[in-house]
Amino acid sequence: MNEMTPPKAERAAALKGLGTSRRRVEDVRFTQGKGNYIDDVNLPGMLFGDFVRSPYAHARVKSINPEAALAHPGVLAVLTAKDLEPLNLHWMPTLAGDKQMVLADGKVLFQGQEVAFVVATDRYAAADGVDLVEVEYEELPVLVDPMKAELPDAPVLREDIADAKEGAHGPRRHPNHIFTWEQGDKDATEAVLAEADVVAEEMVYYHRTHPCPLETCGCVASMDKVNGKLTLWGTFQAPHVVRTVASLLSGIAEHNIRVISPDIGGGFGNKVGVYPGYVCSIVASIVTGKPVKWVEDRMENLMSTAFARDYWMTGRIAATKDGKITGLWCHTTADHGAFDACADPTKFPAGFMNICTGSYDIQTAYLAVDGIYTNKAPGGVAYRCSFRVTEAAYFIERMIEVLAIKLGMDSAELRAKNFIKKEQFPYRSALGWEYDSGDYHTAWEKALKAVDYEGLRKKQAEQLEAFKRGETRKLMGIGLTHFTEIVGAGPVKNCDILGMGMFDSCEIRIHPTGSAIARLGTISQGQGHATTFAQILATETGIPADDITVEEGDTDTAPYGLGTYGSRSTPVAGAATAMAGRKIRAKAQMIAAYLLEVHDDDVEWDVDRFAVKGAPERFKTMKEIAYAAYNQAIPGVEPGLEAVSYYDPPNMTYPFGAYICVLDIDVDTGTADIRQFYALDDCGTRINPLIIEGQVHGGLTEALAIAMGQEIAYDEIGNVKTGTLMDFFLPTAWETPNYITDFTETPSPHHPIGAKGVGESPNVGGVPCFSNAVNDAFRAFGLTHTHMPHDHWRIWKTANQLGLHD
Amino acid sequence: MIPGSFEYHQPHDVEGAIRLLQDLGDEARVVAGGHSLIPMMKLRMADLGHLIDLRRIEALKGISIDGGTVTIGAMTTQHELIESKMLADAAPIVREAALQIADPQVRYCGTIGGNVANGDPGNDMPGLMQCLDATYTLAGPDGERQVAAREFYEAAYFTAREDEEILTSISFAGTAGGYAYEKQKRKIGDYATAASAVLITKNGGQCASASIAMTNLADTPVFSDEASDALVGTSVDDAAIKAATAAAVAAIDPAEDNRGPVEFKKHVAGVILARTVERAWSRA
Repeated sequence: MNEMTPPKAERAAALKGLGTSRRRVEDVRFTQGKGNYIDDVNLPGMLFGDFVRSPYAHARVKSINPEAALAHPGVLAVLTAKDLEPLNLHWMPTLAGDKQMVLADGKVLFQGQEVAFVVATDRYAAADGVDLVEVEYEELPVLVDPMKAELPDAPVLREDIADAKEGAHGPRRHPNHIFTWEQGDKDATEAVLAEADVVAEEMVYYHRTHPCPLETCGCVASMDKVNGKLTLWGTFQAPHVVRTVASLLSGIAEHNIRVISPDIGGGFGNKVGVYPGYVCSIVASIVTGKPVKWVEDRMENLMSTAFARDYWMTGRIAATKDGKITGLWCHTTADHGAFDACADPTKFPAGFMNICTGSYDIQTAYLAVDGIYTNKAPGGVAYRCSFRVTEAAYFIERMIEVLAIKLGMDSAELRAKNFIKKEQFPYRSALGWEYDSGDYHTAWEKALKAVDYEGLRKKQAEQLEAFKRGETRKLMGIGLTHFTEIVGAGPVKNCDILGMGMFDSCEIRIHPTGSAIARLGTISQGQGHATTFAQILATETGIPADDITVEEGDTDTAPYGLGTYGSRSTPVAGAATAMAGRKIRAKAQMIAAYLLEVHDDDVEWDVDRFAVKGAPERFKTMKEIAYAAYNQAIPGVEPGLEAVSYYDPPNMTYPFGAYICVLDIDVDTGTADIRQFYALDDCGTRINPLIIEGQVHGGLTEALAIAMGQEIAYDEIGNVKTGTLMDFFLPTAWETPNYITDFTETPSPHHPIGAKGVGESPNVGGVPCFSNAVNDAFRAFGLTHTHMPHDHWRIWKTANQLGLHD
Repeated sequence: MIPGSFEYHQPHDVEGAIRLLQDLGDEARVVAGGHSLIPMMKLRMADLGHLIDLRRIEALKGISIDGGTVTIGAMTTQHELIESKMLADAAPIVREAALQIADPQVRYCGTIGGNVANGDPGNDMPGLMQCLDATYTLAGPDGERQVAAREFYEAAYFTAREDEEILTSISFAGTAGGYAYEKQKRKIGDYATAASAVLITKNGGQCASASIAMTNLADTPVFSDEASDALVGTSVDDAAIKAATAAAVAAIDPAEDNRGPVEFKKHVAGVILARTVERAWSRA
């Protein structure tokens, strides 16, 4: 107690708490190849399962003959829908209130659909077995184009619900129609459009793509028939939800199921859903009494587990002559594939698409989304974004550009003119959200100044003149984006998944020597939770981050939570962490006061200790308090120092950002070179600037991929054309440009530490920014809009259609 | 992505490899770097009973230069081509092209022999070898024979090589003058949307000789005499380049794929060739 007390700043720095660019503690193992991923889980006697998949997009399954496969050495079983039917597991519920086949039940509805599950002693024998299963198909007409789904000659895909007039999200008007979701005021919006000075209209297609994590999906199911317990390791972004769903589906009591997410090699939404591989592995383990592993290969991952996007968005945006936006109308045709397996909060069949008014004060708006079945893989997950927020941001940021063209106005000015003003927060949007905070004008001005926007436009004009004189074949494009995210799902009052409220949790145990373990309901897939959550706790409890272990992903030890996706970990579990830390501190205050022989109110918190008010030399450090908590009888206080917090957020958080991309397009080859990319993010309180920068770099690179070439494309009979990484664009360091990152800091008023989440912002803002730059390059030649992905031939086609090759 | 089962053989000399091919017949294929054949086997598009690995055959490795003639063993990797100072001096276009093949990991394994022998129209080396007017040495049960690269390719995956022959080496004359290899691709690791190899010599401001070949624009590499002829005797001005590219584009026959439709590929082929000629001429 008498040692020299180091200054506050020095003690705070030693904690490596909030705001510290602490290096990721996870990377020690990841950079040495010591991670423990699903395929590293190997158990004695483990079997391997592999799927027979449909080569057709739509066909009747006439027969399945497993005899030759069963005769192959090492093949133990071939499961089909007939085997699962007695267990009522041949179909399973989806997260979106639909149901989907686990194994083909009479027909197949997309190429790559699971038809039979071959169980063998090793993966080689399983693959041989897959080759030997004989399936007889009768091809059926294929529906690829969602716009043709309701034509008189359209094939009926879902015969199981062909006559159901009502779906999980209201009335259905056609067997291939899933739902219509409407938000806002249709009549008022149409009235505004009818009377507006200017109305700009465009159809904006956000193509189908795929999260494509480096590690594909997989699991190991192990049913212990002696104690009746099922252990399931898997690539799960929401392990607790998987446990509950597994219990509900299988009838195994929830306490007898243990779900473990080991290290996960990227998720990006792909690992939120429940897949047939999980169900079949569990059944196979129950049947054989042995552990069963299933791991997808790359082609299976791209063809069958959840895709993203595929939104056809028609927009009309109204404004006064001088550029004040008065109304926004949007109709979206959403291609959901063969089953509605979108991973959205249950009450939001189109996710948070109704954030599509973006960063703008638009008083009147209307949104309608029609979900449609097609012969494509199911999914529709939030690929590095909150639910459908990337689609919404792409839509509004393209519509702003289209409107600017119609008005003959600079789109930077148009944005600034229509931003929600700082003093308007909290802001109630026309489509129903309450934006918690923002300062868009400050961010926008900072961004424009950082890149010398005026200077860029001047250079662009000069380059255009040089192009017209024949001195260059390159056009310069400037892409602008100001996006607003909506993350942190979410308040239990309106956000749930299959009835499970979307709170999250943290449990902390302080050890007697003053170090700690914290467990959360989330699961890192590369986000660096073990690093950042320890930093939150360090600041809240005064225990150095280096002395705090963060553990996630084991449902037997971690508190219940809804998992990691939709940038919800920091807004929800991060808040729970801070609140649990505060509970620790409250108890520590009582202990400190007792030890210092003063009243509870006479001590005050000082970075890593409680000190007597007015006598800072009299204090107890958190380390001392922790020891006393376990080893000293304190009247009226239970021994130990632990806390649990379940946090139900009062609102979502609304990170935002201002991005600017400059690129050069070679009109003759269709190639585009990114000259510069500036990204300003406002994610509220910044926990770890180094991790934020890494997140922004990663998200921007995925945005680059999506905007410039990445897609899941189908031919007219439903064959996947982009099933390997030769054709599915996953950028390497070579294709990745340099990024300049910047920030403003507008804390969330309702989050305990003011943090908002950042992992997905760069994808939400990056995609429209790259796309706007491509479109902008051709603006001088009369282009209003061209669809992504902007790969070489599509850019070339645009140049060709504009007569630039003549 | 698991191949069917197969027997694996590792002969130590060319004769042993040929004997295996004779004994095992249709069921057997030789494998060099494996970057084309192994994926085909994993996709179960190639179903082989026997795989004959050539990597232990020392006689198939290495680069030598004798009297201005460059000879490269079939099992020399792309990486070794890139690293060879001697080759860079004798025929710098080979290094320039090899650097544009796939990525470093592939180039550590991928071999020049496998690249030229497989007959995959996407491979870069066949076009380059036609540009260099290279000669392939094939060893078979009846001994060795030579086939010109310009005569070797018949159709996609069909070549002048007989089933019981192994392509053992490649030779060509060292180059003089200007050179360039240009390749447009969607990303690292991709095959060409269009690629071209150009060698050009200059005499008194005029083009004295030219050699032009193109890659992945037909089911075989395309060597165009007409394109070369359009440059010879000119100052390689815009008109000459236009004539050369027009001749080359007339000779190609690209197929639509995910890289784009035929019309696009033909246009890009002309643009890429023009740039290749310009760069080669600037170095002549």
